[in-house]
Amino acid sequence: MTASTLHLPTDFETYSEARRAGFLRMKALKEAGARVVGIFCTFVPTELIYAAGALPVGLCAYSEEPIAAAEADLPRNLCPLIKASYGFARSDTCPYFYFSDFVVGETTCDGKKKMFELLGRYKETYVMQLPHRRDDAALAFWREQILAFQRKLEDFYGISISEAEIRTAIRRKNRERRALKAFLELGKLNPAPMSGYEMGTRLDAGSFSFDLEGRCREIETRTAQVRAAWECGKTSRRRPRLLVTGCPNAGVREKILRTVEELGADVVAFDTCNGIREKLLPVDEENPDVYDALARKYLDIHCSVMSPNDGRLADLGQMLEEYAVDGVLEIVLQSCHTYAVESFWIRQFVEARGRSYLNLETDYSQADTGQLTTRLAAFLETME
Amino acid sequence: MMDEYIGIDLGSTAAKVVVLRGKELVERFVLPTGWSSRRTAEEIACRLAQSGHSLGPGRKVVATGYGRQSVDFADRSVTEITCHGRGGRYLMGRDCTVVDIGGQDTKVITVERGTASSFLMNDKCSAGTGKFLEIMANRLAVDLPELFTLAAAGKPLAISSVCTVFAESEVVGHIGAGARREDIAAGVVESVVQKVAGLCTRHGLGQTVALTGGLCDSSYLVERLSQKLGRPVCAHPLGRYAGALGAALIAREKLATSEGKRDA
Repeated sequence: MTASTLHLPTDFETYSEARRAGFLRMKALKEAGARVVGIFCTFVPTELIYAAGALPVGLCAYSEEPIAAAEADLPRNLCPLIKASYGFARSDTCPYFYFSDFVVGETTCDGKKKMFELLGRYKETYVMQLPHRRDDAALAFWREQILAFQRKLEDFYGISISEAEIRTAIRRKNRERRALKAFLELGKLNPAPMSGYEMGTRLDAGSFSFDLEGRCREIETRTAQVRAAWECGKTSRRRPRLLVTGCPNAGVREKILRTVEELGADVVAFDTCNGIREKLLPVDEENPDVYDALARKYLDIHCSVMSPNDGRLADLGQMLEEYAVDGVLEIVLQSCHTYAVESFWIRQFVEARGRSYLNLETDYSQADTGQLTTRLAAFLETME
Repeated sequence: MMDEYIGIDLGSTAAKVVVLRGKELVERFVLPTGWSSRRTAEEIACRLAQSGHSLGPGRKVVATGYGRQSVDFADRSVTEITCHGRGGRYLMGRDCTVVDIGGQDTKVITVERGTASSFLMNDKCSAGTGKFLEIMANRLAVDLPELFTLAAAGKPLAISSVCTVFAESEVVGHIGAGARREDIAAGVVESVVQKVAGLCTRHGLGQTVALTGGLCDSSYLVERLSQKLGRPVCAHPLGRYAGALGAALIAREKLATSEGKRDA
């Protein structure tokens, strides 16, 4: 198999370029008096942060650089995302962490939950207690947690948040979900209209714009452009179509997603938290109880920390068909127990549907680049 | 003259080369890889020329193995996973599970409808690979065939570390405690067998299991692995060449001229 370089649009910004470009925007916003709340996970209802007149900023880290600093306090044998996020805080090298008024953690996985205890030494850390199942008791408990988070925001900023403000935030966020979902669903077009590497990068990079409506417009424009170009037949090719699932992949995008596309595949679908997973279900705008509406939406994110997590298989099954997927690439970050164990069901499910499956366990280092490239090339050869 | 298909498997330890003339295997040889795979590739070209298989029209080359990109005269490169699958299938004459214990990695490959359909590879670690045996043989001051002979006469001592570097200190500990060399050797082989069997169980095995790679010449290792897996493991005399054979077969299938196809 011969590798070829990806063709990217001229205005393409890599994730790290976009992240850096956001620093100055964030600094200007802070100087103008903006409220900023740091978050780590899609389970945190950002509607409440917007309703508090604040901006959420994602603090999950995707770079190898701060890991050494983190390993002074954390075990080496821990997820790289957790170590990198903590390392940035400990070494005071992440402007977004620095500019956050306080940060919100959640009890998703054990590694993060315990890391947040240490993180509190560097910045006020508020933790939402996420239940790990989806019955009525869990829903009632999670609704209480959402109310408590609202009280936290009110106390911290000395404000009171009205229901009308929450409803406005719900509509704004739902629009963003619709825009991002429509963009991701471009992957259903066959042949693929654009590179999955570009798609994923744009999605993650957009979170550093801090302008919700601006971001929506940008994504909607790009969606229209890509669709128009595809309809003119500018991009026609027949390559294996891959669905990426598992852990957040921004930290391994270069060595896995870019590589596999350069080897000759198209990444068309993302069943990940930085992909379509959180975008599938909007918050119910008709529900008279806004807290119930938020609780239901956020409890129904099909992350592997939930048990059981059959919803993920149902989503996956639908995506295999709708995106005409040939192979599933599951990325598990080192020491992510919930995704590593759940991959048993994913492999079984995917193979039973006649698709190829490859599981890659990796971290943010470059140590396994050669081995990963060989596995990816062999994976594509099995689909020839 | 009938077209020839050359398969080159440039592994981390050894380079394996086969030449197929139509369907017939007319040449094969092994060279140590040495420090430069580019240099090894040049040596291979020389050897081929000397034995009457000069590169050029009528000869198609597929390279595989970790050094496959260094074979700049190859018409195509294919991963060792696909090539071992194809070569193992060819040697067995039917679909099978190919277990390849390589110099730096070990893979379990499911072959269905003649070609590799799924695979599992060990992590970036030399435990359970040829490299592990090489390091331990070195420590015991024997070569690989001697290591297997010793092991066959020993009672395995526990070597439980999953890391080659730590396992080596375990071996040093056994040496220091005055253990018999045979027992240490048996422990070393057992450790590899256990790791390979673990990988096999994780991936799942078919009815027929074929061992390929340089270690399939050791009847002792084959016997231990068969016992551990609870089913016969077949080791073909040409098992070492499975990757190169697979590469040559792919050359014949994908790169043959219409004339060549008629001959084959």
